[in-house]
Amino acid sequence: MTFLTEPLNALILLANFVLMPALSYGSQLALGALGVTLIFGILRFANFAHGEIMAFGTMVTILVTWGLQSFGVSLGPLPTALLAMPVGIVATALFCIVTDRVVYRYYRDSKSPPVVLVIASVGVMFIINGIVRFIIGPDDQRFADGERFIVRARDFKELTGMSEGLTIKVSQGLTICVAVMLVIALFWFLQKTRTGKAMRAFSDNEDLALLSGINPDRVVLVTWIIAASLATIAGTLYGLDKSFKPFTYFQLLLPIFAAAIVGGIGQPIGAIVGGYVVAFSEVMLTYAYKKFLVYLLPESWQPETLVQLLSTDYKFAVSFLILVVVLLIRPTGIFRGKVL
Amino acid sequence: MTYLVGESMTGGYGGADILKSCTIGVDKGEIAVIVGPNGAGKSTAMKAMLGLLRLREGRVALDGKDITRLTPQARVAQGIAFVPQTRNVFISMTVEENLEMGAFLRKDDISETMDQVFELFPILKEKRRQVAGELSGGQRQQVAVGRALMTHPSVLMLDEPTAGVSPIVMDELFDRILEIRQAGIAILMVEQNARQALNIADKGYVLVIGENRHTDTGAALLADPEVRRSFLGG
Amino acid sequence: MAVLLAFVGFSQSWSVALAILNLCLISAIMALGVNIQWGYAGLFNVGIMGFAALGGAAAVIVSKAPVTEAWRAGGGYLLVALLVSVGTVAAVVFLHRRLPRGPATVLAITMTIVAGYFAARFFYEPGVSAIEAVNPAKTGYLGGLGLPIILSWAVGGVFAAGAAWIVGRVALGLRSDYFAIATLGISEIIIALMKHEDWLTRGVKNVTGLPRPVPYEVDLQSSEWFISMIESLNGGALSTLSGDARADALHKLVIDGSSIFVKLCYAGLFLAVLALILGLSMRALHSPWGRMMRAIRDNEIAASAMGKNVTARHRQVFIIGSAVVGIAGAMLTTLDGQFTPGTYHPLRFTFLIWVMVIVGGSGNNLGSVLGAFVIWFFWIEAEPLGLWLIDTGTAWMDEDSALRNHLLESAQHMRLLTMGVILLLVMRFSPGGILPETVRHTESDAKPPD
Repeated sequence: MTFLTEPLNALILLANFVLMPALSYGSQLALGALGVTLIFGILRFANFAHGEIMAFGTMVTILVTWGLQSFGVSLGPLPTALLAMPVGIVATALFCIVTDRVVYRYYRDSKSPPVVLVIASVGVMFIINGIVRFIIGPDDQRFADGERFIVRARDFKELTGMSEGLTIKVSQGLTICVAVMLVIALFWFLQKTRTGKAMRAFSDNEDLALLSGINPDRVVLVTWIIAASLATIAGTLYGLDKSFKPFTYFQLLLPIFAAAIVGGIGQPIGAIVGGYVVAFSEVMLTYAYKKFLVYLLPESWQPETLVQLLSTDYKFAVSFLILVVVLLIRPTGIFRGKVL
Repeated sequence: MTYLVGESMTGGYGGADILKSCTIGVDKGEIAVIVGPNGAGKSTAMKAMLGLLRLREGRVALDGKDITRLTPQARVAQGIAFVPQTRNVFISMTVEENLEMGAFLRKDDISETMDQVFELFPILKEKRRQVAGELSGGQRQQVAVGRALMTHPSVLMLDEPTAGVSPIVMDELFDRILEIRQAGIAILMVEQNARQALNIADKGYVLVIGENRHTDTGAALLADPEVRRSFLGG
Repeated sequence: MAVLLAFVGFSQSWSVALAILNLCLISAIMALGVNIQWGYAGLFNVGIMGFAALGGAAAVIVSKAPVTEAWRAGGGYLLVALLVSVGTVAAVVFLHRRLPRGPATVLAITMTIVAGYFAARFFYEPGVSAIEAVNPAKTGYLGGLGLPIILSWAVGGVFAAGAAWIVGRVALGLRSDYFAIATLGISEIIIALMKHEDWLTRGVKNVTGLPRPVPYEVDLQSSEWFISMIESLNGGALSTLSGDARADALHKLVIDGSSIFVKLCYAGLFLAVLALILGLSMRALHSPWGRMMRAIRDNEIAASAMGKNVTARHRQVFIIGSAVVGIAGAMLTTLDGQFTPGTYHPLRFTFLIWVMVIVGGSGNNLGSVLGAFVIWFFWIEAEPLGLWLIDTGTAWMDEDSALRNHLLESAQHMRLLTMGVILLLVMRFSPGGILPETVRHTESDAKPPD
C-alpha cells in the first residue's frame, strides 16, 4: 500500500497548507474585491480607503464582541464575533454613507475627474486610519473564541491512519461558507431584483440610466451599504482567521486591488475569480515544497533546500506581479471589465 | 395648440448662445424632423427640450404645462422618452433587461408594452436573452427605441437614429417609426439623412446657426428649390 | 513660517527648530518631485515611500566601506546570479521581439523565465548565506563603495529614476487609478526588499553610523577655531563669569553650539539642493517643454491629436519627479545618519507628502515648498499640541481614569485624522491650495463645444 500512501500524504499536505489557507484567504480577498469593484462600477473611482473601511468594520465588531463576551454571551462553538457583526455592518454602512454625503457627493455632482475622487479617498483613508488607531490602537487584537477546529490533525490521522494530518479551522470553514452564501445572495440581488438591475444599468451607462428614471442617489446609497457590509464581513473573517492589526488591513489593499483588476474591474464575477487567483498564487508561490517532494520523490532525489519559490516576505510582490502581467497582457482583466 | 413646444429657445453651454430664439413643436401622431448643416444646433435644440441644456430665454411646454424648469428625469416621468445618438443601450444587459430598465419608473404591469415592442421589432423577441452588446448596429438601435417606448411615452425624441447604419436598415427603421406614429405618439427627430427623413416627416425644421431658417411640412420643404439647393444637395 | 520656527526656537530650543527646518527642507524637495508629476502631468503617484527608500539605500551603498570579507565569501556567487538574471531578461526581450506572437512564444518565454529564475536562485542562495554569515552582528552585508555620502544624493536619484522607468513602462497610458495602484505596489515591494535582503542593506538590522558630509559635534568641541568662535559670539554673557564657572558655561555653550552648527551645515546643504531643484523646475515650467506638459495635462486628447506622444511625455515626467524624490530620500538618510527600513511607513512618506502638495497648491512649485513647511511643522507640533489639548480637556477626569489614559496614549493618532481633514477641506474649499497655480486654465475654457 505504500505506493499509494506516499502520494496521498503529499496531497493531504498540500490540502492542509495550500488548499485550505488559499481558499479562505481567497474568499476574504474576493469579498473585499467585490466591494472595490462595486464602488468602481457605480462611483467610478478606485477607493483607496477600502482597506481602512474593512478595519473600521472589524474594529466595531471586535468592540461589540468584547462587550458581549463580558456579559457572558457566546455562540457556543462559533465565534461570538458573528453575533456582533451586524452591529459592525450597520455602523460601517452609516459611516460610509456619511462620508459619501460629506466628501464624495460634491465631486460626483461637479463631475470631477476620477483621480480627484481617488485623492479624496486617500483623505478619507487618513481619517479612518486615525479613528481606528485612536479607538482601538495600532496593535494586534485577538477576538476569536468558541471552537478552534472543525477537523483536528490528530483526529484526522487517527481516522485515516495517514501520517499527515489535515486541519480545518472553524475560521476557515466559516469564511468559505459565508463567502459562498454572500456571493450567491449578491448575484441573486444583482440579477433578479429591481434595485440590483438598476445598479447594473447605472454602472453600464450612467446617462441612459438617468434617462430611464433610475434614481442615482438611491443606487449610490445601496452600493455603499453593500460595499460596507462586504468589507465588514471580509475584515471580520480575516481577523478571525489571522488577527486584527490596522496596518495589515491597509496592506490588504494591494491584493484586493489586484484581485479586482485581474478579474476585470467593475465585474462582480471577476472580483471573485480574481480573489482566488491572487490567493492561490500567493500561497502556492510562497509555500515550501520540500516535504511535499520528499513524499513523492525517491530518497536519492530528495531536495536539500526548502524548495520555496518565493520567500513569504515577498507575498505582496505576488499581487504586484499578477497586476503587472494583467496590465501588460490584458488590461481589461479576465472578464473584460472597464478600462480607460 | 402644439403638444410639445419649445418657444424662442435661447441658450448654450455656458459660453456663447448656440440657440437663438429657436422654436420647435410637435403634435401627437405627428413626425417632426429637425435638419440642417453641421453645427446648426439641431441636437442642442432637442436637448434643450429634454432639459439637458439650461435656457436663457424662451420656454418649453408639454400639453400646455410649462416644463422649462423641470430636470430631464422629471420630463421623462412626464412622458417624454429620449433615444440618444450614441451609447443608447445597456451593453452588458440582456435585451429584455434593457426594456425592463426603460420601464423602471412604471409600477404597473409592463408585459403588455413589452409584447407591443416585440411586435414592432420581432427580432428583439428572438434575441431577448442575448446581451445587447453582442447585437448588430441596427438591432441595437431597435433595442434603444424599444427601451424608450417602454415608458409609455407621449413624446419620442430620437437623436440621429440612423447614424452609422446601412441604408436598408435605415429604411426599415423609418418604417417602424411610421408605425409608432400610428399609436398617436408625437415623434421628434434630428436627422443627418435630411432627404429620407423629410420624406416621412409631417413637419420639418431647417435650422442654421441656431435659428429657424425654414419651417413647413416635410413635402413642402422637399419641394422648396432653395431648401433643395442649400441643404439637400440639389 | 520663519516666525513659527523662531517661536519654536525660543520656546523649545534652537536645536529642535533647526531639526524641524531640516526636515522641512527635505520634505519640500520631495513635495517638489511629486508636484512635478502631479502638477505638470496629473500623475497620481502613490509610491513616494518606495522612491525615498531607494534614495536611502543609495546612501548606504555609496558611503559605507566595502566589507571585503563578505565580497570574498559570496560576491562571486551574487555576480553570477546577477549575470544570469540579466541574461534571462535579455533572452526574454529577444524572444519577445523575434518570435511570432502565439501560444508557443508565450510558453518559450515562460520557460525561459522559470529556468532563469531557478538558475539565478542556484547561485544567489549560497552567496547570500555566505555573506550574511560574515560577522552578522556588525556587517553581514556587502557594504558599500566607501565614497563620500554626498554623492549618494545623485545616485539615489538615479536609483529612483530606474524604478520609475520600470513602473512607467507598465502602468502609464492606462487609467490614472491603475497607475496609482501600480505605484503603491512597487513601493511596497521596494520596502520589502530593503527589509529582507540583508546582504544588501542589512534589512531590519539597520545600517547605522553612516559617514556625514558635515563635521561631527565631538570634533567641533575639541577644535580651537570653533571654541574661540563660540567664545567671541557669547562674549557678553561670558564676561560676567570667571574661573571655573566661565569654563563650565563655555563648555555648555560649545556643546549646544556644536549641535546647532552641524544642523546649520545640513540646512545649508539642503537649502542649496532645494534652490537648485526649485530653480530648475521653475525654468522647466516656463520653457516650451513645460507649456507642452501643461497642454497635455489640460487636454490629453487634443495634445495627442497634435502629434504629442502623451505616454512618453508622462513617463519622462514620472522619471524626473521620482528622481527628485530619490534625491530627497538619500538626503533624509544622510541626515539621520542611519538607514532603517522598518521606519518607512506609507502614511508618513507617501500620503503626508501628498497633503503637502495639495495644501501648498498643485502645479505651483513655490506652493509645494510652502506646503511642505507648513504641513511638516504641523505634523511635528501636532503631537505635543494634541497631547496638551487632551491633557487639559480631560483634566477634570480622575488621574488614573482608563479613558483619560487611553486618550493620552492615542493622542499621536489624532494627527493622521487631522491630516485627512486638512486634505479634504483644502480639496473641497480651496482646490488651488495656499498658492494656486497661476497659469492653470479653467475647466470651462477647455470644454469642447457640442
